[in-house]
Amino acid sequence: MLSLRIIPCLDVKDGRVVKGTNFVNLRDAGDPVQRAQLYYEQGADELVFLDITASHEGRALMFEYAARVAEEVYIPFCVGGGIKSVEDFRRILKTGADKASINTAAVTTPELITECSKSFGAQCVVVAIDPKHTGTTSSGWEVFIHGGRTPTGLDALDWAQRMEELGAGEIMLTSMDADGMMTGYDIPLTRAVTDRVSIPVIASGGAGTVDHVAGAFLDGHAQAALISSMVHYGHTTVGEIKDNLAVRGLHVRL
Amino acid sequence: MKIAIIDYGLGNLRSVEKAFHRVGADGAFVTDDPEEVRSADKAVLPGDGSFDSTMQSLRASAVDKIALEFAATGRPFLGICVGMQVLLTSSEEGERNERGLNLIPGKVKRFQGANLKVPQIGWNELAFSGSSPLFTGLSDGAFVYFLHSYYCAPDNEDVVTARSDYGLPYCAGLQKDNVFATQFHPENSGEIGLQILKNFAQL
Repeated sequence: MLSLRIIPCLDVKDGRVVKGTNFVNLRDAGDPVQRAQLYYEQGADELVFLDITASHEGRALMFEYAARVAEEVYIPFCVGGGIKSVEDFRRILKTGADKASINTAAVTTPELITECSKSFGAQCVVVAIDPKHTGTTSSGWEVFIHGGRTPTGLDALDWAQRMEELGAGEIMLTSMDADGMMTGYDIPLTRAVTDRVSIPVIASGGAGTVDHVAGAFLDGHAQAALISSMVHYGHTTVGEIKDNLAVRGLHVRL
Repeated sequence: MKIAIIDYGLGNLRSVEKAFHRVGADGAFVTDDPEEVRSADKAVLPGDGSFDSTMQSLRASAVDKIALEFAATGRPFLGICVGMQVLLTSSEEGERNERGLNLIPGKVKRFQGANLKVPQIGWNELAFSGSSPLFTGLSDGAFVYFLHSYYCAPDNEDVVTARSDYGLPYCAGLQKDNVFATQFHPENSGEIGLQILKNFAQL
């Protein structure tokens, strides 16, 4: 049986792992390569790196880190942040990453999803969606881009479905309302999106306890859960989380 | 010991190479040179993406012929993911109805089922059948990493060396003489995957 995935997410800015609250107030959380090794050893099922640097220098650093991570870990990893073209996508895969995630460019140039899916296969095309509850769209959840700064007027549920139609292989769904709060995933949002699409959904934003992670699977119906603050600051380990989920009868890889 | 990882313009080959190096198979190298493949002791055909685009790339680079030629020599050959699927006769995937290499007669089919998310992405358990040397040292329940929407259905079930379950039991590994294949990605399957690559290197 397919197991539920626990995926540590590393937001990387200028070569350091950082974590904020509601997409702002960043705090340092260490070296990306060391963190990747640590989580690999703890039993992470995959890793996600999001480059939240805006500068070219930061982008170049990210490629360097991705290549080093590829040397050290033998689980899949995804790199996202700033991908605008098929060429950008190819460069990410060339570093040794197994998947790449597209967020803003999916909204500005949706055909990019189809092109990447045709060129590299849907299995490596992850579309990242950052919704916030604004009450202004049909489901109430509106898609934001540019790291949460720009509202798009798009409905998150419709958008997820559209991304599947265009060739996305997976959705990474980060609730802006819950991100970094450690008060739990946005379960209604997660469930609504997961039930709408037939591709896997990674729940993201808000995990603070094992209860929250279990909730993403049991109540949110997600196939994977992204965690960051709860492991970055030593509150717990990936291994402890998975042991705990197993005790609750959830199918995880131990 | 030279292990040629065949580069035909698609896929993430570097991770396969580094995984071999990690288990001491320093002779593993990525190549798109037919001569280098021909003179290697073993060959690996990795794969990502769709059946059609993979077959087109294989033909365009004449790797289809080189792979068939290599397999006929009796030297160990390993197909990974789509590199496994193209060993079969045909696939439900793609609009152009590309034919496979037909080294192992059979069809590649799409996962189907209500509530079944496709692609299958993640870690699933293996149940072994027979005793393929590729899986020496592993026992039933070993987790490996899958990333695929289609699975192999060989005509002759005897070639199946490992199964997994996703809506239905499906072929996760196969072997016909010197031709080995895995639907999962050993290079992404942690210590278990490394063991499998080590086994291949030691054949």
